[in-house]
Amino acid sequence: MAFLQVDKVLIRGISACVPSKVEENKLAYNQRGGDYQSFFNTTGISRRRIATDEVCASDLCYAAAEKLLEDLKWSKDSVDALVFVTQTPDYLSIPATSIILQNRLGLSSDCLAFDIALGCSGWVYGLSVLSAMMQGGTIKRALLLSGETATKFCSPDDKSSYPLFGDAGAVTALEYDSSTESKLCFDLKSDGSGYEAIIIEDGGYRHKFSKESLTMASFGEGIDRRKVDLSLDGMSVFSFGISKAPKVVNSLIEHFNLSKDEIDLYTFHQANLFLNEKIRKKLCLPAEKVLYSLNDFGNTSSASIPLTLLFQKREALQNEHLRHIGCGFGVGLSWGAVYFETDSIVAPPLIEL
Amino acid sequence: MELQSFIKNFAAQFENTDASLFEANTMFHNLDEWSSLIALAIIAMVDEEYDVALKGDEMRNAQTIEDLFAIVKSKL
Repeated sequence: MAFLQVDKVLIRGISACVPSKVEENKLAYNQRGGDYQSFFNTTGISRRRIATDEVCASDLCYAAAEKLLEDLKWSKDSVDALVFVTQTPDYLSIPATSIILQNRLGLSSDCLAFDIALGCSGWVYGLSVLSAMMQGGTIKRALLLSGETATKFCSPDDKSSYPLFGDAGAVTALEYDSSTESKLCFDLKSDGSGYEAIIIEDGGYRHKFSKESLTMASFGEGIDRRKVDLSLDGMSVFSFGISKAPKVVNSLIEHFNLSKDEIDLYTFHQANLFLNEKIRKKLCLPAEKVLYSLNDFGNTSSASIPLTLLFQKREALQNEHLRHIGCGFGVGLSWGAVYFETDSIVAPPLIEL
Repeated sequence: MELQSFIKNFAAQFENTDASLFEANTMFHNLDEWSSLIALAIIAMVDEEYDVALKGDEMRNAQTIEDLFAIVKSKL
């Protein structure tokens, strides 16, 4: 069982950055055809942010990190670790983008840096890895960057994926604190039997990029894509989400003896409204405790949980002590839940790039 | 699990389709009201009622309600 408890590590700040370009799904449907109303009823996604060709996930995270470090008043040489969670790195696999970011942010070469290649579960996983490295107390300050420019790997002619995803980057600042009673609790899971449910077939080493990778093929009305584009089996992901997300939240609560009612906010990965509401109802959670950013940002992969928190609860994050449960689920298939607390953290306004 | 109660649960996901149209051999993809949202509602019903996770391909490949019933039954 992949339960994990981490003591003496606190979340000190959360920031996020999105591209300034907005794409309205209604307009996209008007241009390309298809039933917008039925799409909206299922997904709850009105609009999304789209990064231009020049802007990578790392650029969004860079802007969010600069602002957060400034507002935290952390000197650059006090950051001991940087983890970048993404599936849209600057370079395909060599070198890791986190290391480029270490230099770009002006962090010390005594700062460790590496990438984690996960998507919708990535923020929860990244938080577990980084906080676990910190609990010994020698790594005092760390940045968890999580960002995706998913619109770049979706075919604009594939209505089963393109209108769902938005681009975003987020940063979560962590600090070791020997005096805190606050803890982080995790339950992490994987099921590789579903690896084909969300996949880009070509361009890796299993199926290398070739001329055929660029051939457009039709998979039904309004579903045209190439093998270098994302293929998303929405029904399989839905089935996975409604079953696994409530179970992992319940198992986290049971294992760590948490009180469901004492949790102030539940933030789930933003997949689609119909799915997320099924999860909320299965867990019998009141609507006011469950946060959404789907309508304005769509599915933002590993940025979704911190972005949603900042978008909906910025003032409360800055002024209150809050108990949270976060839950990420998706590509892999990979999923996990985390219990964490925030107490008057630094939360700058959403940045646009 | 019984076929008749499965058909009833299946039919309950539709709003504007006459109950008499739901039989074991109904080709459900051809129903006027069939949509991706109803497909998701049926997956959710199967999860809630039978604790079975249907895959997208299983949903797409099943022709009749009885086909889907057989898939769910095999995964119980």
